[in-house]
Amino acid sequence: MARLTMTPEEYIQKYGPHISDSPATGWDAKPAPEKLVKTHCCFCGMQCGIKLAVAANKVVGFEPWEDFPFNEGRLCPKGVKRYMQTHHSDRLTDPLIRTGKGFRKASWDEALDLIVSKIRGIQAQSGKNAFSMMSGVSLTNEKSYLVGKFARIALNTANLDYNGRFCMVSAGAGNKKAFGIDRAANTWSDIPKAKVIWIAGSNVSECFPTLIHYIWKARDQGAKLVVIDPRMTAIARTADYHVAIRPGTDSALNQAILHELIRKEHVDRDFVEKRCGGWSELARSVETCTPEWAGEICGVNSDLIRKVAELWGNTKTSFLLHARGIEQHTKGVDNVLSNINLVLATGRIGREGCGYGTITGQGNGQGGREHGHKCDQLPGNRDIENPVHREHICKVWGITDTELPRKGKSAVELYEAMHAGEIKGMINICCNPMVSHPDTNFAREALEKLDFFCVIDFFMSETARYADVVLPGSLQEEEEGTTTSAEARVVRIRAAVTPPENAWTDTRILLELARRLGKESFFTYPDNEAIFNELRVASKGGTADYAGITWERIEKEKGVFWPCPEIGHPGTPRLFEDQKSYHPDGKFHLHPTPYRLSYETPDTEYPIYLTSGRSVFHYLSGTQTRRIKFLVDQCPGPVCEMHPALAKKLQVSAGQLVTLETRRGQLTVPIQVTEAIREDTVFVPYHWPERLAVNQLTVHALDPISKMPEFKVAACRIRPATREEATKLRSDYANLKLEAPRT
Amino acid sequence: MNPFKDFFIDFQRCIGCKACMAACAECDTHRGTPMIQVEQVDPARSPQTVPMVCMHCKNPTCANSCPADAIKKDENGIVHSSLKPRCIACRNCELSCPFGVPIVKDDIQLMQKCDMCFDRTSVGKKPMCATVCPTGALFYGTHEEIQQLRPNSKPVNRWRFGKQKVETRVYVMVPHDVDEMVVDSPEFGQTGAGSILDSERDSGREFL
Repeated sequence: MARLTMTPEEYIQKYGPHISDSPATGWDAKPAPEKLVKTHCCFCGMQCGIKLAVAANKVVGFEPWEDFPFNEGRLCPKGVKRYMQTHHSDRLTDPLIRTGKGFRKASWDEALDLIVSKIRGIQAQSGKNAFSMMSGVSLTNEKSYLVGKFARIALNTANLDYNGRFCMVSAGAGNKKAFGIDRAANTWSDIPKAKVIWIAGSNVSECFPTLIHYIWKARDQGAKLVVIDPRMTAIARTADYHVAIRPGTDSALNQAILHELIRKEHVDRDFVEKRCGGWSELARSVETCTPEWAGEICGVNSDLIRKVAELWGNTKTSFLLHARGIEQHTKGVDNVLSNINLVLATGRIGREGCGYGTITGQGNGQGGREHGHKCDQLPGNRDIENPVHREHICKVWGITDTELPRKGKSAVELYEAMHAGEIKGMINICCNPMVSHPDTNFAREALEKLDFFCVIDFFMSETARYADVVLPGSLQEEEEGTTTSAEARVVRIRAAVTPPENAWTDTRILLELARRLGKESFFTYPDNEAIFNELRVASKGGTADYAGITWERIEKEKGVFWPCPEIGHPGTPRLFEDQKSYHPDGKFHLHPTPYRLSYETPDTEYPIYLTSGRSVFHYLSGTQTRRIKFLVDQCPGPVCEMHPALAKKLQVSAGQLVTLETRRGQLTVPIQVTEAIREDTVFVPYHWPERLAVNQLTVHALDPISKMPEFKVAACRIRPATREEATKLRSDYANLKLEAPRT
Repeated sequence: MNPFKDFFIDFQRCIGCKACMAACAECDTHRGTPMIQVEQVDPARSPQTVPMVCMHCKNPTCANSCPADAIKKDENGIVHSSLKPRCIACRNCELSCPFGVPIVKDDIQLMQKCDMCFDRTSVGKKPMCATVCPTGALFYGTHEEIQQLRPNSKPVNRWRFGKQKVETRVYVMVPHDVDEMVVDSPEFGQTGAGSILDSERDSGREFL
């Protein structure tokens, strides 16, 4: 039974997060590095090049990698301090089995035998699909592919999904509907060539700092910048137009912009009629969507909508970017499509300086979502329910169609099935739902109902505390592999060091589990390159085709852009140059996106919009970054951003502790009063667990197509914290700054 | 050939990520302590932040006010931290610098500050902060390069603080119609001095 056996404080004392402010070798002069390993930062979809300095099998520092073409040495603070995670005193170095109070160390044999017997027991009693797997896309392409194959063949379960479901699936689904392919249409090098940069729902300055350079390069050449965001983020602050819309109203805004494009004859008629399908229906759908109509819904001035529509209509080149701000909604796919409609209506795609793309958030958010990591997908971004696609993969894997599971449950649906008692076991790798799952109280109840829960992780994440068995896995810098950056550039990840002490690489763990489950013959890889080479074959002919990409090529060419269907193919930096989509009909598909309300909107009981997002100092659920002192010093815990007018109305003041309440739960945090947010909206970053998780407040309502939960809109009310709540918060905050014991 | 180039700060590009501070603190001569700071301007109104390095004045106020002659400017115009045998940790430099850059470190009884990464720039590399800065708020290169890259602004290095005129080795990027950076402080008793109090409005992060 997956239950805590100690208090959160006791877990923190024993396993952290502790903050460490010193490198493995201390703060005295660095030992001379024996080698500088050219690899990539593990902390977002930019996959910035970085050199890790290594001495005596320890990562002792970093050097900027100025020759890597995307970032040319530029980094964010997470990248700079990332090397401090490798030899952190919180690293898990032995398998752990839960006891009546915490965990005890176990041998690999004992831990693996226990896992295998539990998998067999649960599947014998309740069916194959009663055992599930949850994964994440900070894993390399090789590991992502391996997880997909492991779940389908070794576990033989349909129920595998991944944390991209909490991240960018709405973008993927929208891209597939419009373009027949799920990838940014251009590389970032098209940004500086565009005259209008349009950023919808992305705090680029905190989430993708190294992309800012490209935006400024465009602005230096005279480009105008439009930012759509309820908050005045650092990038919105300097924008030519900041459209501070109400959370959850993006599709209405875009409908009005399209209405204006049509009215002012800014539509590329030739393109929409010859290259697109569905134009007349789309045009009809926005006939009544005037700027006044949208202005009312979005809470912005209709003149501003007219101005940005005119700007978008009048330019010859443009680049539209979006991210989680429009995607993490119950209408995330509609929001994405409504943005794509603006790109297609003006025909500005597939040419130099004419670009579009989602900015994928996770380290391998692009590659990890292409090769069978998702409940409905097979390698090469194939459809698990498509007989032709199934046949190809069955051939590569050497199995029959009946042996290949069908479509399984998506992430939140998995948790709902756990909650309902249908799913009884789970292996969780590279995911920390006790921070990142919407409505974490629901997620906790679901975990507590499992008969068996295994976590593979390098640190004791807040989710791992619930595990029956914790296996110590590896960090990105401890295994060879590849990732695919948000611009679809496949890059090489290098093993700078080996996992510490008795920890294993994630790959070794999965292969050994497969062997013990009697499926060794399907998993005979001499090394990780062999996994990549099988991925190439498996992806061949799919939309995400890696067949022509080799590790050697990636290193020589500093990355290769997929699709790359054969050896000798140059790769595809820019899609759609032939003005054709990847749909069988070759057309770009337009979809009407009639505006509808978010799952929950403010009412008299819960009158304020709550939205959530990231801080520049933390990565995802914070399992790694909440252990690095420099990052914790800058951003120790969650703070609620609130406009002074709202603060005045609520009779609270800056620095005061308040309690936010929604229909799911409550959260006590200090407030930061700032004019840089809408008056009707508050913002809390999401990187913290348990009592500090903003996800205690969010809804687990899903987009019907992408199954993406609505992290970006909830209705809340706010009151001053009680004395008891304040005391608890102060103690939780103090725990966030607990120093690692000196060795 | 002289390996040193010029340093340019473009305040408007700063996003407050502090990658510069994180990277600066990795230097072997002051490991763990950044010599560059990033300040919030008015957090109650705006997310604007600004990076602050030593401006390496042509006629350094810190050195001029040092009673022990412990602060030296070298032939490349770099003003260095205080010299160990001479520094008496009197903090005159701290008080006199118009940019507020020098800090006397209590534990070592010396003034330490940015030396524009002497170990890197002397061998033709960029300073660490300007290498990692993700936005170009910190730029190291030639005047020709920056003028070509950023035609909408221009570099200036002349400052006026009240009655004091200062010329710096480090440039800041400003609109074309600005020739000098003017910082006037309010006279004592003058109305508007209250704005100093305004700027101390709690940003909300100091509650614990």
